[in-house]
Amino acid sequence: MSISTLIAENQPETFSFTSESEAEIKQQIAKYPAGRQASAVKSLLYIAQKQNDNWIPMRAVEAVAERLEMPVMRVLEVASFYSMFNLKPVGKWYLQVCGTTPCMLRGADDISRCIKDKLKIASGETSACGKFSLLEVECLGACVNAPILQVNDDFYEDMDYQATARLLDELAVDNKPEFGSVIGRQGSESEDGATTLKAVKKTASRSK
Amino acid sequence: MLADKDRIFTNLYGWGDSNLAGAKTRGDWDNTAAILALGHDAIIEEMKASGLRGRGGAGFPTGLKWSFMPKEVGARPHYLVVNADESEPGTCKDRDIIRHEPHKLLEGCVVAGFAMRAHAAYIYIRGEFYNEYKVLQAAIDDAYAAGLLGANAASSGWSFDIYLHRGAGAYICGEETALLESLEGKKGQPRLKPPFPAGVGLYGCPTTVNNVESIAVAPTILRRGGAWFAGLGKENNTGTKLFCISGHVNKPCNVEEEMGIPLRELIEVHAGGVRGGWDNLLAIIPGGSSTPLMPKDVCETMTMDFDALRAAGTGLGTAGIIVMDKSTDIVRAIARLSYFYKHESCGQCTPCREGTGWMWRMMDRLVRGEAEIHEIETLEQVTRQVEGHTICALGDAAAWPIQGLIKHFRPQIERRIAAYQAVVNAAE
Repeated sequence: MSISTLIAENQPETFSFTSESEAEIKQQIAKYPAGRQASAVKSLLYIAQKQNDNWIPMRAVEAVAERLEMPVMRVLEVASFYSMFNLKPVGKWYLQVCGTTPCMLRGADDISRCIKDKLKIASGETSACGKFSLLEVECLGACVNAPILQVNDDFYEDMDYQATARLLDELAVDNKPEFGSVIGRQGSESEDGATTLKAVKKTASRSK
Repeated sequence: MLADKDRIFTNLYGWGDSNLAGAKTRGDWDNTAAILALGHDAIIEEMKASGLRGRGGAGFPTGLKWSFMPKEVGARPHYLVVNADESEPGTCKDRDIIRHEPHKLLEGCVVAGFAMRAHAAYIYIRGEFYNEYKVLQAAIDDAYAAGLLGANAASSGWSFDIYLHRGAGAYICGEETALLESLEGKKGQPRLKPPFPAGVGLYGCPTTVNNVESIAVAPTILRRGGAWFAGLGKENNTGTKLFCISGHVNKPCNVEEEMGIPLRELIEVHAGGVRGGWDNLLAIIPGGSSTPLMPKDVCETMTMDFDALRAAGTGLGTAGIIVMDKSTDIVRAIARLSYFYKHESCGQCTPCREGTGWMWRMMDRLVRGEAEIHEIETLEQVTRQVEGHTICALGDAAAWPIQGLIKHFRPQIERRIAAYQAVVNAAE
């Protein structure tokens, strides 16, 4: 894939890290031995992405390269290799439907169909209002709580068509419900309570 | 069924507090210094005696792996790297350890790191596990504040640091050398072996990469003794294991059970049985998407351990069990895995880069039946040309599910092609 299809057409003229970002950068670089600061490249790209409405402009790629004393091309290579870096703008609510087989078997198609019905978008598209973007992603690693719809950083689990519709209605009015299982499971125990560890006293609330 | 007293992950479901106080009530960090006082080599010997085999998929003996690290620390420091890049479709066990039992993992890092004479560990957690990352980072911060990490970790006289490193969405980084590349700030493309990480790993230093579960069970094994762990399960397949049961079961769940448990018992006792009853079962993928599927007749008597599954031409892998009932479009289910591998190929080796795309396009046509009968044979041959011809096992992992499909469900593919041909002929 050519790089011109990966990065945004409209690029801002400038980018600089905020003081808050700078503090985080310092923390991240300190995790690695002297001279190995390139190890922090994904962290810095995350920091840039967080600072810039969930996408990374080319000026930020250059800023990361300068900060880590890496060639710009090496940073761009990393930014384009990993699927979680957005080199183009995405909506405020970035919907990621897991489409891999365990989720597919449990009805991932219904989530995508609901999103198509309500928002008229398919994978890789942003809604006309600009608020929602959708991407079909690969295994999110929560298969016993399938199917999963990820919204920004959070997993909504045990989803179906109706639950997706309710979630989208809430997000449309900028109300993000509590994430996790929508059928009230605390974690990965079976739906009506677990078959083991029955004597364990429950002290924690729903896992977050 | 495994007795609760023999379960390692007593907070698997997050019912208790995952924080340090909660962890201590479950026995974590209880006199860790005494474990370290056994000495580097005694710890490794005890791990060998437990028979623990790596829980990340390959099943290599953990104690033996630790013993490959140099016995003397030279100019290059030793590193422990924990693979928390859990992404094998069907697998979601490490996520539970990280969010509900983070201190088992951290204490495991200290004992494993000490055994291999390392003073630092990097935990590489997949990027999508953002909330799990926050839980684990908080646990690390608490452990430092309590003196369990850092200089003189847990009053053992050994200094030990743990750093958390986030991935960013790349299945291939679960391959240990791709993970090391990624950790060094590069694209996650696997390295040629040898040299193996124990000789030349992170930053060119001796490194051991272990799965989260392998590390998290170590403190309990060392407290209760290798013999206790070895007494559970079957010979050469010892101990307990986290199983993830997903797909067409009534109640999908994670559960810790004994190695070698019969597959049917596991599904019926813990996951509420196959949807529509056992006789409605079509096939099961036993150990994450890379392991070939088993049709119902093979599932009947199968036990869940490395050796039994291997003898049946498949594998225990990560113990991510994907159940498919008779309503499943089995060709589509496997084709979706082909898409997954095409998406996740790092592009370094030609047979994988080109082969995964070719296999997926072919599988996509088979889903619709838009093919000739002889192309099934061609597809099978292509999987053989990819398998074993790449630097890492992703090529194999992409080939095996298709081989399993053709081996066990060839008539279904042929019927689909025939149905498509009939429609075409009718139209003409």
